[in-house]
Amino acid sequence: MNGGAVTAGLRRLAARITGDAIVLFARLITAPRTIWQGIEPVPRQRIYYANHTSNGDFVLAWASLPEAMRRRTRPVAAADYWLTTPLRSFVGKEAFRAVLIDRNPETRSEDPVALMVAALNEGASLILFPEGNRNMGPEPLLPFRTGLFHVASRRPDVDLVPTWIENLNAILPKGEVIPLPLLCTVTFGKPVHLRPDEEKDVFLTRARNALLALKPKEDA
Amino acid sequence: MNAALQAPVEFFRLLLAVIVVLSIATAAGELLRQRYDPKGDNPVIENLNARISSWWGMVALLAIAFLFGRVGVVVLFAFLSFAALREFLTLTNKARADHWALLASFFVVLPLQYILVYVGWYGLYAIFIPVYAFLFMPILVALRGDTDRFLSRVAETQWGLMIAVFAVSHVPALITLDIPGFEGRGVLLIAWLVVVVQGAEVLQYLFGKLFGRRPIAPKLSASKTWEGFAGGTMSAVVLGSLLSWLTPFNVWQAALMAVLIVTMGFFGGLVMSAIKRDKGVKDWGHLIAGYGGFTDRLDSVVFAAPVFFHAVRFLWAAG
Repeated sequence: MNGGAVTAGLRRLAARITGDAIVLFARLITAPRTIWQGIEPVPRQRIYYANHTSNGDFVLAWASLPEAMRRRTRPVAAADYWLTTPLRSFVGKEAFRAVLIDRNPETRSEDPVALMVAALNEGASLILFPEGNRNMGPEPLLPFRTGLFHVASRRPDVDLVPTWIENLNAILPKGEVIPLPLLCTVTFGKPVHLRPDEEKDVFLTRARNALLALKPKEDA
Repeated sequence: MNAALQAPVEFFRLLLAVIVVLSIATAAGELLRQRYDPKGDNPVIENLNARISSWWGMVALLAIAFLFGRVGVVVLFAFLSFAALREFLTLTNKARADHWALLASFFVVLPLQYILVYVGWYGLYAIFIPVYAFLFMPILVALRGDTDRFLSRVAETQWGLMIAVFAVSHVPALITLDIPGFEGRGVLLIAWLVVVVQGAEVLQYLFGKLFGRRPIAPKLSASKTWEGFAGGTMSAVVLGSLLSWLTPFNVWQAALMAVLIVTMGFFGGLVMSAIKRDKGVKDWGHLIAGYGGFTDRLDSVVFAAPVFFHAVRFLWAAG
């Protein structure tokens, strides 16, 4: 037997166990409640686009999917965060199988949209944060970057599923390492599709409103 | 050593009785479903059946804990406190500056309180949260310097600790009381408290559904009526007296204690409803089918436990 193949196999196994352990941990801590609202949890190819308030966001969105769907779903994440240490790189690239994109247009060698479309063409579903950055302000949702539009125009057949993640900001505020055990809700909404000849800004506003509509109402 | 041998024989008698009652309830629920709800779309019947099956789970959990005696009961209620605190603090005012204080609530204050209960250090667990957590937590928050809504943030966190940790921990604390002639049977006192308070809640609900006319606090809850309260309380008092063989009380003492805990439990439920209304939610959580959250199930026990604990300690315990 080839030693390299054994190492690679063990590494894949370790990656899978790490991924499962992180999902279990996230579930134990936040007991996430998953709501499928106007959509069914069936294994279609989808882009789950979510609000972004915390580094734990995609772990939670990922953990909320049924296992078979989770195995085919890859988060889109920032290379500048996930490639900084060997451990992060292992977790990001191998446990989550993240599609790592460089957010800085000046230094990047590969086009993020091309990377995402390539992952879709391999049959994967994606988790995407169209705000681009973590939202730290009082606004519920930042304006969307254009990435979602460009991906949708190259693959208009893929369901765009608005995914609202509630309360994670309190669980893991920016700069904190230890998550607080509070309850979380992940709401998947009715899919959106790019219409033929739909303008970029019109589409992005429509997609953003579909996501905002899933936000639970504020306390009276 | 067989841990299961620690449970007194009365415990198995009670368990058998509870299993019989739940079996009857399950059969009745199934009959109702077949007769009035063949498609499974009647929300009242579906909720009733969900509640009954949740009860099976809760009884199994309690029974296992009771079999392990003091360790089992302390560990079970520590986890219930954790679940309840998580639900409570999900709804309170928070800011980034509270992160360390909130982490300390979950991972320092809660375990310490239960360790103190386990070792039976009454002098400290009776004041640890009301005095020491009360004074030190706001210091942790103040050090971070965010003063926006400071008082409501620290006050709501303290409330969460008092309700979900301090009050709940008085249930397992019953097992540490040294009652002459009742040695080794502390779990029975807990079983009696839980059966009477939870039974009262079910009975108040039933009487309210059948005879309820005048709501006690119409703004809070349309289902909590004077008729339900009176009928449920009286029948729960009868239940408590019938079960006096579980306790160090005679029949009349058991009846009076039942009045005390059932009344506290009822008004505790009312207070917790007021908090839910204030926070704009219907249930505290989603983990118990038919009931919502752990706090929804614990709210009456929360208010009954400390008062019951002190009454027993003052009137029955030695020293």
